[in-house]
Amino acid sequence: MAFLVAHFTQIVFYVLALLAVLGGIGVVTFKNPVHSALSLLGTFLMVAGLFVLRHAEFLAAVQVLVYAGGIMVLFLFVIMLVNVKKLQPEAVFLSAQAPMAVLAGVLVGALVAFGLLAGKLAAAGGVPAALQTVDGKVLGNTEAVGWLLYRQYLVPFEVVSVVLLVAMVGAIVFGLKSASLDRGEGRAER
Amino acid sequence: MWAEILVIVIKVVVVSSVLLTLVPIMVWVERRGAAMIQDRLGPNRVGPFGLLQPIVDAVKLITKEDLTPSGVKGVDRLLYLLAPSIALVVAISVFIAVPFGFDPGLKLFGHAIDGFIVAPNLNLGILYIFAIASLGVYSVVLAGWASNNKYSLMGGIRASAQMVSYELAMTISVVGVLMVSGSFGLQDVVLHQSGTWFGFIPRWNVFPQIIGAITFIVAAFAETNRLPFDLVEAEAELVVGYHTEYSSMRFAAFFMSEYVNMVTASSLIVILFFGGWTLPGFATPAGWLGALVSIGIFAVKVAFFLWFFVWVRWTLPRFRFDQLMALGWKTMIPLAVLNFLLVGAGMALRNL
Repeated sequence: MAFLVAHFTQIVFYVLALLAVLGGIGVVTFKNPVHSALSLLGTFLMVAGLFVLRHAEFLAAVQVLVYAGGIMVLFLFVIMLVNVKKLQPEAVFLSAQAPMAVLAGVLVGALVAFGLLAGKLAAAGGVPAALQTVDGKVLGNTEAVGWLLYRQYLVPFEVVSVVLLVAMVGAIVFGLKSASLDRGEGRAER
Repeated sequence: MWAEILVIVIKVVVVSSVLLTLVPIMVWVERRGAAMIQDRLGPNRVGPFGLLQPIVDAVKLITKEDLTPSGVKGVDRLLYLLAPSIALVVAISVFIAVPFGFDPGLKLFGHAIDGFIVAPNLNLGILYIFAIASLGVYSVVLAGWASNNKYSLMGGIRASAQMVSYELAMTISVVGVLMVSGSFGLQDVVLHQSGTWFGFIPRWNVFPQIIGAITFIVAAFAETNRLPFDLVEAEAELVVGYHTEYSSMRFAAFFMSEYVNMVTASSLIVILFFGGWTLPGFATPAGWLGALVSIGIFAVKVAFFLWFFVWVRWTLPRFRFDQLMALGWKTMIPLAVLNFLLVGAGMALRNL
């Protein structure tokens, strides 16, 4: 009991992290795409739990609201709409994407390792109060994130939003093109 | 330590049992209300005014056979059994961040009760509610998919599109309220609305933010899958959609979660736009009496909106799906954005 109380945070961390990794493995191993999607949902929820553990409540709420409640629902929507169950699973373990995936994994790993070695991640994670302070006053995580985004990192924030807008416009253009091709018309109907 | 735990346990037990007790009452109100609107009598055989009808219904549901379409290939048994539980768990756990009365610093067993809210120290407030409520759609989607039935699948697909669309309008229409009160905490939102303008208009958010109030209420109807937005069920076209295959208590779990969601939605409407437990020109008495009076005021306001849900259901016809999507994306979201731009402009002008 005393051990549990003393190491409560660590125990919760390892349980959540283990479940998150298991969820990630489930995404690529489940045969049924709906099960894969739900596995990813589990990973998202566990990561939200990790955010709560680090006193980043706002990030946790946004993680659930946007990823679990929005994006994964759209994934499921697409999976059900095209009825992927009927598609034959292709027995490809290492496709042409594999080298790119390995490269991306190595780069992300290197970034995390660099952060750990440089002590940046440890410093940010070690002081939860820093995630809740605005201008020297402790207000809350939501206020602190808003303060940082709209004051200190305003330009990167706006750049990211423009990039997202471009992606959205691009997706609509592609959608309109394929819709008009399907119907053999010059212009898409609504 | 033990007093603290006891206070929390009492809060959890009282809130969840009140929520679940409201379900049979609402079922009775709905059936009698429908009958009244359609000029019929409604259930009046069991008990005075048919008041015991919900109990008989509950016994019927409990004793019915719990069918699972397990013989059919393609039914996902685990997800099929999981879906109704998700519905009920999400519906009840959303309510822990909803404050329902004024606490003048009361104590129970020598421990402060910390406001009439199950989770008082949750500084996320409304964000928590939106985050958990957004998971409710999984119950509908998974039930529809796991039933392996074309109508149920249609219901699930409709639910995923509808709920994601109206969640946006709902979230944006709250931004104005949060900007005015400067807090995510619902208790602060209510406190901000006490008092009057010019001595007679209550300082409720509905008056300056009427657009936001309307978009929020409409989105709340869509999120709870109530008519005129119940395309997920649509008994005429989809044979009640996602819960066609469910029977017995699993069906009842969906049914109960719908009514619990209605209670939560009504509470949020009252808290965000209609002043919560405050009444203009009425000073809440001190002590437990004041707390009970404030809970009573809140309950009366919530009861009105619950009746509003019933009233609208038996008055308006159902939308067509393309109309629903057009309304959501082309009308509701621009209106909600307009509301928060107007509020922002108003606040900026006042600070000039």
